[in-house]
Amino acid sequence: MNVVIIDYGMSNLSSISRALEICGASVKISSNPNDVKTAEKIVLPGVGSFFDGMKNLHTLGLVESLREEVLINKTPLLGICLGMQLLALNGTEGGDCYGLGFIKGQVVKMEPKGEKERIPHIGWNDINILRPNILFKDIKNNSDFYFVHSYHFVPENIKNTIATVDYCGKTVAAINNDNIYGVQFHPEKSMPLGFKILENFLKFSGKEIVKNSYNTNAFMET
Amino acid sequence: MGKRLLKIRIIPTLLWKHDNLVKGINFDNSRKVGFVLPAIKVYNMRQVDELIFLDVTASLENKSPDFVLISDFSSECFVPLTVGGGIKSIEDIRLLLKAGADKICINSITFKNSDFITQAAKIFGSQCIVVSIDVRKNARNFYECYSHSGTINTGINLLDWIKEVEFRGAGEIIITSIDKDGTMQGYDQELIKLVYKNVRIPVIASGGANNYEDMYQAIKNGASAIAAASIFHFTEQTPLEAKKYLFKKDILIRL
Repeated sequence: MNVVIIDYGMSNLSSISRALEICGASVKISSNPNDVKTAEKIVLPGVGSFFDGMKNLHTLGLVESLREEVLINKTPLLGICLGMQLLALNGTEGGDCYGLGFIKGQVVKMEPKGEKERIPHIGWNDINILRPNILFKDIKNNSDFYFVHSYHFVPENIKNTIATVDYCGKTVAAINNDNIYGVQFHPEKSMPLGFKILENFLKFSGKEIVKNSYNTNAFMET
Repeated sequence: MGKRLLKIRIIPTLLWKHDNLVKGINFDNSRKVGFVLPAIKVYNMRQVDELIFLDVTASLENKSPDFVLISDFSSECFVPLTVGGGIKSIEDIRLLLKAGADKICINSITFKNSDFITQAAKIFGSQCIVVSIDVRKNARNFYECYSHSGTINTGINLLDWIKEVEFRGAGEIIITSIDKDGTMQGYDQELIKLVYKNVRIPVIASGGANNYEDMYQAIKNGASAIAAASIFHFTEQTPLEAKKYLFKKDILIRL
């Protein structure tokens, strides 16, 4: 499995690449648009602000090649943390800015409810899995994953949300549309279950997409 | 429905000095506690919530972070890793993140140039920037901030400084009492409460943990995370046992 990790100067590259290798992938870290075209799977990691992230992707000429490979050739993509947020139509961190636009929605700052909730949202938090998804195969509901973020993805279509986390209300923890996946938490830092998620993504061939199995009631639950 | 909430973090601190893991008392008289790599492997297994790795001599000796070293550690470190010591530029942060750090801890440079916090938070996001504040009480019983591993008294009042640091975009504050650090006499609980009440970002308690009950008190006083070094290096107490203790006392803990 040839996985390309996009290097756009914003990421904790060594831990994600090592984690993917342990999960059985052959990994290439690259900022070259040509590598994106030959990738079997793409991982878009990221630490940093939305604005700088998009600026770097544009500067490196990666936006067009990512759009072509992911939207047209349907190469499976996993966005992690900022990498997930950049999938949105637009974001506000560091200045208003267009995102990759792979999943409709926008990225805005989280709003704490009460004195106990503090921003950034940092630490281990259990997630609510809303619908069956290849990414969560063999992962129990309410498992803990590691989060570190101040902004969150607000999708236009709730069907794209596959897991939430209870912090500042129902915050999106994982998102999916077709061959495009995103997780707000850090699977590469969430031993051991995070590795299971990476393995699940590596196994994903694009044929497992579960249609019409959306459990909207779970999302509306308060 | 069960408690679906953010867990309190237990964070071992690894202090690095001249190619060795060390732990001093009141920031001095460092003792060697072995190499870092085995420590990281042990902590991976014990499922700690995060690790903090600080190079305590880098700023003192005006050295840059050791990026190769961090890269070596992080390749074996699958728990979230905060790295500090010797950071002087935005490029240093970029290279540390590239080497595998998840968060960056800054101290000395913030006193030279508090705008550095703003710049770093703008580029890397607040969630990445942990500001470490080391304090000691002065003769008039006010907390004063120290830089360069506790060797230089900046004369800056703690309350003024935490407001500034938060305003500048710090994501977390790690607050250490120099008087308590390494003594295992207990956290400065009053200090933790004071910082918690005066900022709206997460506070990490550090310096002087002596037992699990002490950690419990620090959490009750508002700490979002508990950092400790000596207690884990020099006693039989472990992060896992600490978590079990806290869990029994109804603290939200990941076990």
